[in-house]
Amino acid sequence: MTHSPLATYQPEQRALALIGGEATDANLRRYLHGIPGIDAVGLEARAADLGTRSIKTSSKRWAIDTIIGLIDLTTLEGADTPGKVRSLVAKALVPDPGDPGCPRVAAVCVYGDMVGAAVTALGSTHAAGGTDGTGVQGVRVAAVATAFPSGRASIAIKLADVRDAVAAGADEIDMVIDRGAFLAGRFGQVYDEIVAVKEACRRADGSFAHLKVILETGELNTYDNVRRASWLAILAGGDFIKTSTGKVAPAATLPVTLSMLEVVRDWHRLTGVRIGVKPAGGIRTSKDAIKYLVTVAETVGEEWLTPHLFRFGASSLLNDVLLQRQKMTTGHYSGPDYVTID
Amino acid sequence: MNRLAIPKTYKLYIGGKFPRSESGRVYEVLSHQGDFLANAAKGSRKDTRDAVVAARSALSGWAGATAYNRGQVLYRIAELLEGRRAQFVDEIESCEGVNAAVAGTQVDEAIDRWVWYAGWADKYVQVAGNANPVSGPFFNLSVPEPTGVVAIIAPQGSESLLGLVSAIAPALVAGNTVVVVANELAPLSAISLGEVLATSDVPGGVVNIVTGSPTEIAPWLASHADVNALDLVGAGALDWVELQISAADTLKRVLPPETGADAAAPALSRILAFTELKTVWHTKAIL
Amino acid sequence: MKFLDYAPAPESQALLNLKSDYGLFINGDFTPGRGTPFQTINPATEQQIAMISTANEADVDAAVSAARHAYDGVWSRLSGSDRGKYLFRIARLVQERARELAVAETLDNGKPIKETRDVDIPLVAAWFFYYAGWADKLDHAGVGPNPAALGVAAQVIPWNFPLMMLAWKIAPALAAGNTVVLKPAETTSLTALLFAEILQQADLPAGVVNIITGDGSTGQTLVNHPGVNKVAFTGSTAVGRAIARSVAGTDKKLSLELGGKGANIVFDDAPIDQAVEGIVRGIFFNQGHVCCAGSRLLVQESIQDDVIDRLKRRMQTLRLGDPLDKNTDIGAINSAEQLARIRELSDLGQQEGAERWSTDCVIPTTGFWFAPTIFTNVSTSHRIARDEIFGPVLSVLTFRTPAEAIAKANNTPYGLSAGIWSDKGSRILAVADKLRAGVIWANTFNQFDPSSPFGGYKESGYGREGGRHGLSAYLKPAVRSGSRSIPAVEHTPQAVASAGKKSASASKKSASAEKAAK
Repeated sequence: MTHSPLATYQPEQRALALIGGEATDANLRRYLHGIPGIDAVGLEARAADLGTRSIKTSSKRWAIDTIIGLIDLTTLEGADTPGKVRSLVAKALVPDPGDPGCPRVAAVCVYGDMVGAAVTALGSTHAAGGTDGTGVQGVRVAAVATAFPSGRASIAIKLADVRDAVAAGADEIDMVIDRGAFLAGRFGQVYDEIVAVKEACRRADGSFAHLKVILETGELNTYDNVRRASWLAILAGGDFIKTSTGKVAPAATLPVTLSMLEVVRDWHRLTGVRIGVKPAGGIRTSKDAIKYLVTVAETVGEEWLTPHLFRFGASSLLNDVLLQRQKMTTGHYSGPDYVTID
Repeated sequence: MNRLAIPKTYKLYIGGKFPRSESGRVYEVLSHQGDFLANAAKGSRKDTRDAVVAARSALSGWAGATAYNRGQVLYRIAELLEGRRAQFVDEIESCEGVNAAVAGTQVDEAIDRWVWYAGWADKYVQVAGNANPVSGPFFNLSVPEPTGVVAIIAPQGSESLLGLVSAIAPALVAGNTVVVVANELAPLSAISLGEVLATSDVPGGVVNIVTGSPTEIAPWLASHADVNALDLVGAGALDWVELQISAADTLKRVLPPETGADAAAPALSRILAFTELKTVWHTKAIL
Repeated sequence: MKFLDYAPAPESQALLNLKSDYGLFINGDFTPGRGTPFQTINPATEQQIAMISTANEADVDAAVSAARHAYDGVWSRLSGSDRGKYLFRIARLVQERARELAVAETLDNGKPIKETRDVDIPLVAAWFFYYAGWADKLDHAGVGPNPAALGVAAQVIPWNFPLMMLAWKIAPALAAGNTVVLKPAETTSLTALLFAEILQQADLPAGVVNIITGDGSTGQTLVNHPGVNKVAFTGSTAVGRAIARSVAGTDKKLSLELGGKGANIVFDDAPIDQAVEGIVRGIFFNQGHVCCAGSRLLVQESIQDDVIDRLKRRMQTLRLGDPLDKNTDIGAINSAEQLARIRELSDLGQQEGAERWSTDCVIPTTGFWFAPTIFTNVSTSHRIARDEIFGPVLSVLTFRTPAEAIAKANNTPYGLSAGIWSDKGSRILAVADKLRAGVIWANTFNQFDPSSPFGGYKESGYGREGGRHGLSAYLKPAVRSGSRSIPAVEHTPQAVASAGKKSASASKKSASAEKAAK
């Protein structure tokens, strides 16, 4: 399918052209409900089938290093302190002290008030999507915002939350949508909030922090809702769509991620624009993570396996991947005492 | 002085109408004593072809009727037969050489058989169908459906009416349409049954009755590609193996000849013989 | 490197312990066949796997005699619960040796290991487990109280799901109390012979199951043997027709699972990504060597371009190659003969004006392969829209209204399977009612289960396999009643009420020698 003139539009124009009018509840409903449905049994069967791919030897080695480079290493605890964040950053930069060849993670993901601590800890290795001074891939700082994880606050508070984090040096904002409004059919409100948050991501120099839109798929419940919310988030200007906060079960699942990848694929077919996908929460083993790589590669193509377009939101995943990496390097199984705890 | 009677012209019953044979042929129907009773139409290859066309075009309507409706229509045949009982008794007496009591018993049995089969119309699916507990998130149901156009060689022995009814009623229950070759020597009650059907609620073409020579007609039915099933119940005296071989060309469902006292006895399996089991799977999920 | 060029992940053959020569399995022992042995090859490499015996007429006779003897002497006297226990044992042994059987099946057939591992062999075990439980519950099979077995069943199976078809045949036959002589397809005898070893491990009484190998003429001799009471065949419609002719006039009960040209109907409100998966599963599963394949895609005209575009993208991710590689989606075509037929019909499709498109996968230099292919601009009159290709070739046709979809779907002498894709429940049910096919998959395709009856309408055959109905195909009512009031008579097409014997003319038109190809 050829790319339409939509590709040359600005995001807002594009959305309005697609939905055929202003972003009202009614117009958005008509658009979102015109998208083909999902048969859950078929979707889950496809995801399970992708999960049977057998990734061995050289492919596995590549996959493991790729996974590390796609991780948003995350700490989102009430007990977080600058010290904890410094430790996280150290791990992000040198995941395996025993192997300097081990790649860095993509980003550290923290609460807004910890952005400053993360930026400071990263120092010269902090790089918004680029390389640091030594030519090595820099590590970004992502901040959750908009009254994460529930999103239950006034729009003024949510926007202030975003502006604070951006001002503190966040490269990426992980916002939550208003699930209540979505489930109540107030699509216009969800849309407007994302547009407003995107605007709040604007820096003084006119550039934007990258916007990841968390759908909290566990609360949206159905695959049809996930698909509609994905379209809504992309129409409103999100750069990434993200499954979950990690605070609600179920968090990321392979079928949910597959359904979001299908939206991203269709958006690319429609507009030529590439949107990122971030499964977050619940991915703990390298075996699981490899299934996600396979699903990305076979659904949208392996050009998506870059930090610009795919991330894992995870914390414990990294150590399991490191254990696998050590096994592949040394030929024997490793143990938890041979990886650092954060 | 006795009134001069008006004899009946016995014709074919095809597509709800009573045509003469396109061939113009008739054959003499004789009483048990050998006396001339009537001329019956001697159905031809082309009459048979027309009958299959009529049966095919009536199929979707009859198969698509509700089971409750088909049951009532079949029961209605019994009602009408009851009303014309005397006529059938007369015909059977003259054709088969039996006394009125014996003829009456046969008619009564034929009526009761319609009633028995009529009652199955909205039940056989329940008895022969299944909900299947497959290992997966699927709703899975098996239901029998009519096979299609069924060609029947009616029983050729005594009890011409009962034999005919026993052969066509079970095929009709599920929604099949029928082309039946009547009892060659005793065809009168078959054509009279056609008259009953024509005035009942059975749509034209659902039952088509051809009189004449089964030896001549049966091969055309057995080899006809638009016939889905072949009931050879009354074909015992024909070269029925050849008919079965011919029917194999289009994988027709074939019932073999039956003889003896329990030939074409009422049975659920006779209904199910002309059904196809369809299994439908559907995904099942709440997400 | 490209990640999608997944590194090789071959399944190990170490657990295989194959012999170089296999005999016939008659009366509990392996015995050399008296016909000329033939080689069975790996269609992915064309290398010989083993030599297989050919059963000649005397061997067929010995097998039928062994089955008769076992029926009279042992099996018909055993209680239902004991028959069931043997079947349970077989199910467990199949589970225990599942990986070995999967590898052997993939070697011999050419189908991907992921299918033999995840579909074929698990279903084999499931089939025996399901019918094991029926063996002592035959009163509920639907043929009246205390039904009787038929006797000796002659079973001829195809090469597309070798061990699975064996299970579909043997499990219900044994549960119902019959004994069996089974002939696997010429190109895929191997797993049937491994299964014979399992029967030995299960200590199944000698002669209850006999497995004889050979080509079509062995199968023909078997089904025509006067000592068999039941013939069950899965394969091509041409051979099925010949068998139906040859058993005419005999008292052999017959069931036939034959060819198909299944319509997969995609409405404009379909769950589109799952529909695309269903199209792929419908025609590319098992290289399209599936009698119930969705080989005709009927897509609503308004979404045709979108569906074809998505389908082509999806097809490009199909991985063709070494069947033993765990990532292979499309394995080898089973034989040179079958490959020739697929090529012939595909070339014909091009000549008839249909537009051909194949994935640009690399075809290995040895073995038999055919790239996944679709034809667009296909008309109902094209041969590729009517003939069963039995390969990874999809014909795409369009429709405008539901009525047109139904008419086109039914416009075939076959009637085995169909698919419906729509989000509208009422339409799905109504369309399912109108389709003349024995298995309808709604928003799914190519699902199989031992509890679910499977079989066709029209020239796709008759009789059902699976479920209660599959069991009753191997049973007859207990007694014939002389009374009119007791409906104890059974009427199954081809079941002859002892009204006559086969005429001389019947035997002249016996089954021609063709090998089973479902």
